[in-house]
Amino acid sequence: MDEFIGGEYDIIVVGAGHAGCEAALATSRLGLKTAVFSLNLDSIANMPCNPNIGGTAKGQLVREIDALGGQMGLSADETFIQSKILNRAKGPAVYSLRAQIDRKAYHAYMKWVLENQENLDIKQAEVIEILTQDKKVTGVRVHTGTIYLARAVILTTGTYLKGRIIIGHTSFSSGPDGLFPANELSDSLRSLGIELMRFKTGTPARVNRRSIDFSKLEEQKGDDQITPFSFMTETLKENQVSCWLTHTSSKTHEIIKDNLHRSPLYSGDIEGIGPRYCPSIEDKIVRFADKESHQIFIEPMGLNTQEMYLQGLSTSMPEDVQIKMIQSLPGLENASVMRPAYAIEYDCINPTQLKLSLEFKEIDGLFSAGQINGSSGYEEAAAQGLMAGINAAMKLKNREPLVLDRSQAYIGVLIDDLVTKGTREPYRMMTSRAEYRLWLRQDNADMRLTQLGRDIGLVSDARYDRFMRKKKMIDDEMKRLKETMLTPTEETNAFLARHNSARLQAGIKLYDLLKRPEMSYEFFKEIGQASDLPDDVIEQISINIKYEGYLDRQMNQIQQFKRMEERRLPKDIDYTKIQGLCLEARQKLSSLRPESLGQASRISGVSPADISVLLVYLESLKRKESSKGESHVE
Amino acid sequence: MMTEDTIAGISTAVGQSGISIIRISGPEAFSIADGVFKGKESVKLQPSQTIRYGKIYRDNGDLLDEVLLAKMAAPRSYTREDVVEISCHGGYTIARALLDLLYQKGARPAEPGEFTKRAFLNGRIDLTQAEAVMDIIQARTERVSKVAARQLEGALSDKINGMRERLIALLANIEVNLDYPEYDAEEVTLSQAYEETTAVIEELNRLIESFRYGKVLREGLEVVIAGRPNVGKSSLMNRLARKNKSIVTDIPGTTRDVVEEYVNIKGIPVKLMDTAGVHQTEDYVEQLGVERTLKAIDEADLVIILEDAARPEESFDPTVNEKVCSANKPFIRVFNKIDLMSQEHLSELKKANPQALFLSVSEDKGIEALEESIFAFASENRQDADNQVLITNTRHELQLKKARDQLSAALEAINGGMTLDMVALDLKGALEELGRITGHHADEDVVHAIFSRFCLGK
Repeated sequence: MDEFIGGEYDIIVVGAGHAGCEAALATSRLGLKTAVFSLNLDSIANMPCNPNIGGTAKGQLVREIDALGGQMGLSADETFIQSKILNRAKGPAVYSLRAQIDRKAYHAYMKWVLENQENLDIKQAEVIEILTQDKKVTGVRVHTGTIYLARAVILTTGTYLKGRIIIGHTSFSSGPDGLFPANELSDSLRSLGIELMRFKTGTPARVNRRSIDFSKLEEQKGDDQITPFSFMTETLKENQVSCWLTHTSSKTHEIIKDNLHRSPLYSGDIEGIGPRYCPSIEDKIVRFADKESHQIFIEPMGLNTQEMYLQGLSTSMPEDVQIKMIQSLPGLENASVMRPAYAIEYDCINPTQLKLSLEFKEIDGLFSAGQINGSSGYEEAAAQGLMAGINAAMKLKNREPLVLDRSQAYIGVLIDDLVTKGTREPYRMMTSRAEYRLWLRQDNADMRLTQLGRDIGLVSDARYDRFMRKKKMIDDEMKRLKETMLTPTEETNAFLARHNSARLQAGIKLYDLLKRPEMSYEFFKEIGQASDLPDDVIEQISINIKYEGYLDRQMNQIQQFKRMEERRLPKDIDYTKIQGLCLEARQKLSSLRPESLGQASRISGVSPADISVLLVYLESLKRKESSKGESHVE
Repeated sequence: MMTEDTIAGISTAVGQSGISIIRISGPEAFSIADGVFKGKESVKLQPSQTIRYGKIYRDNGDLLDEVLLAKMAAPRSYTREDVVEISCHGGYTIARALLDLLYQKGARPAEPGEFTKRAFLNGRIDLTQAEAVMDIIQARTERVSKVAARQLEGALSDKINGMRERLIALLANIEVNLDYPEYDAEEVTLSQAYEETTAVIEELNRLIESFRYGKVLREGLEVVIAGRPNVGKSSLMNRLARKNKSIVTDIPGTTRDVVEEYVNIKGIPVKLMDTAGVHQTEDYVEQLGVERTLKAIDEADLVIILEDAARPEESFDPTVNEKVCSANKPFIRVFNKIDLMSQEHLSELKKANPQALFLSVSEDKGIEALEESIFAFASENRQDADNQVLITNTRHELQLKKARDQLSAALEAINGGMTLDMVALDLKGALEELGRITGHHADEDVVHAIFSRFCLGK
């Protein structure tokens, strides 16, 4: 190897997937000299699995990334080909935006954004070693031997570490989508004392659109009125494609049952732990034997390709079984398979080794984000990448890390879950994981986070101005609705009757009228009481008013939650010496070293009594401190 | 952070004294006390560091007890918060009833060692004692959780887990509809959610109702001794009390017409109530006395109808007998003073009353047989009660009621046209309240149920 110093950076990002792109953009936008490394520059921001962004909880993540000044929402708005709001009828806490994305266009757009970013260098190379000195990061070594120095390194290696692809009984070393794996970095991480785990995930087959008989499929169209991901996007293109729906047939199930012995999942060839929420089709048929049919969505991979993605048909069966399975689906009798489905195993770290800032507890300046942390999904990866980038930057600027808590953002729930509880399968975000999901809505992500993004320095003037204008519009209109009385005139009562709403006996504030379930802000136009406001402002106002009782309750819960989060635990507590703690708590607290009392309370094995004991311990520490202080004065 | 809520608990060891002290600590201590206490002045106006006499009333106006109330304003109190200490008549029953009242008024049950914890956190207890405080918290928690675990064994925990399962199944289905809108999991309709929620509320109601049965076991059998004056009620009671180890002795106050004794008969805790003295006073007081006697019979598990063997006709009390009959109360008819009559008379009387017991308190004859009867009755009763699910812990009852409130809110939300996400919020709240009894986390269980019940995947 030819060893030479190839460059000196503030921050190096290892990997240019969804986590790596956000991390590199964040650090460079915050003014730090950054280099991002990718095994292959033609795979920047690749989507090796489903060709869509968003969905339940994930859509919320994208909006939060955007509200903080991240890139994913903007890039998705630029390259989507179909868009839809899910859960329209089920309530504002779970409205979720999802868009089909042109995979190649997304990659090309993101690469273009990186290439044009000031302070950012993009390099094609395999990082094989993390260099440290006294448990402090100093740089990385790449496969050619070249050394790049850095003050902080962010690992965003996705599913590339010792990647192994499995199709039936064939398996080979590979990254996703036939790209090279990264086979050497794992050993370097292990030698740094980092604990690795082995996870598994999979992706279904792709077929040629021309071989599909659409007359047998159900069409799934996008929304008529399209909602953007980014709070900055004003005009959007129209839907350009449809998705399609078919179902597994009894023949499909027969083929799978007859060939179960050929699935590596059942023959024990796969050791990695796969996610429960993402089982392969053979898994579904074994576990849910009484279900006669499963949905299969057929989604376009882009505009300039005939490749279609078969969502719901993830499998690690041998290729011949796959083809039979696919051709047993109505409409796909003559399907031509372009890429077979595969399972992929990869190394990831145990995320409980990280602080909430995503820096390793034991290695100064080393951060980690995305699938390497045991998560799954582009959006989860991007969210972590953004936070790791922000916090690496904050560290180098000698500023406090930005840690979002569970009441501030899905991002906070995601990172807290990973870091505090760890995960035993690839972690997917779900709205049911969020205790405060009524507050963590996609419509108010800017209200929750944009000020924080501004304080960090990631929110541009344009974004901030927009945010402030929106906020003022909401405040002003809320005030007007609270102050404006409607009197029980004939005109008013006729208006109410038209909307099946009870007559007025006395005057009523517009605010209270809007609380009626049958009332809508739009109706106010009829009586000249609606202001000319953008849709997103009206949405915020309507939700705030209609769900006020629930929101108040949630806010109270959040306040209580915050009190525990705000009690910081000093870094150097020796838990083994605290007599009142039960043994299990002592062990767990010693190894996880939580940052606050609230975080401690979420560790399994730490009881409320242990928390009380810690509270007393903290108080006695404080008193010892203050008495020291006094004696010092004397 | 310690002065956020108000806690209440019994601060004396139960069963060791004639007086129980209930302590309330926190910002609402005075207003909560004012909600149940009637004295010469309100607790709010009462000067700090003073003690007042007064009465505790239930919400329906019934007198619960006469008490002494000590007020200590922050920081001059044990916890350095606003503190009220109410000394009530000993005996678990009254103390417990008073605590229940305070919880209804907004106090929270104190955690084990919590008064001490607050005292320490607010600087009342010296630093050198910090470790002792931590030990107390852990030790008491262990003890309490052992007791609670024992209580949770068997039927009660099955019941609660059964309800949790139902709620988890409902929630998992709702959540899967919310989190995986595109998958073909069956959609929960609002009317299905309404039906299932109503069913769980009904189950909760039955469980809360069974709390009354639970009390019999925990607090003992309530036995009333009734009969005409001078048949020997007080002496029988004293005899039973002296012979058997008295658990807690209530102070027979002059204004109290029903005297209570807690005794232990062959291992069964029994609360004996003597309606003595009520017939001996002037007319209008007598009227009151009769009413109280009748009320005591109403609430009793078992009535001992005491008569004078020597003069059975005169000592027959028609009021008591009618009441026992109309209230369908189990009773034991007992003839006292058999030492004062001839053998012939006695055998005649025995023939006429084959079910009755015959004894002499003054000569200590036949007492054993009475105890035997009480024990037999109690054993039967216990078996009965065992078949019911027993809630033996106030906390459990409180949690069950909170869960019920949350479920009612869910029904209200459905009626009010709220969306599924809001309804889910209420349902999850109920699940959390139940989980506080069994030590489960709602979120984890629901997420787990989503994956095990529904077929999802890419």
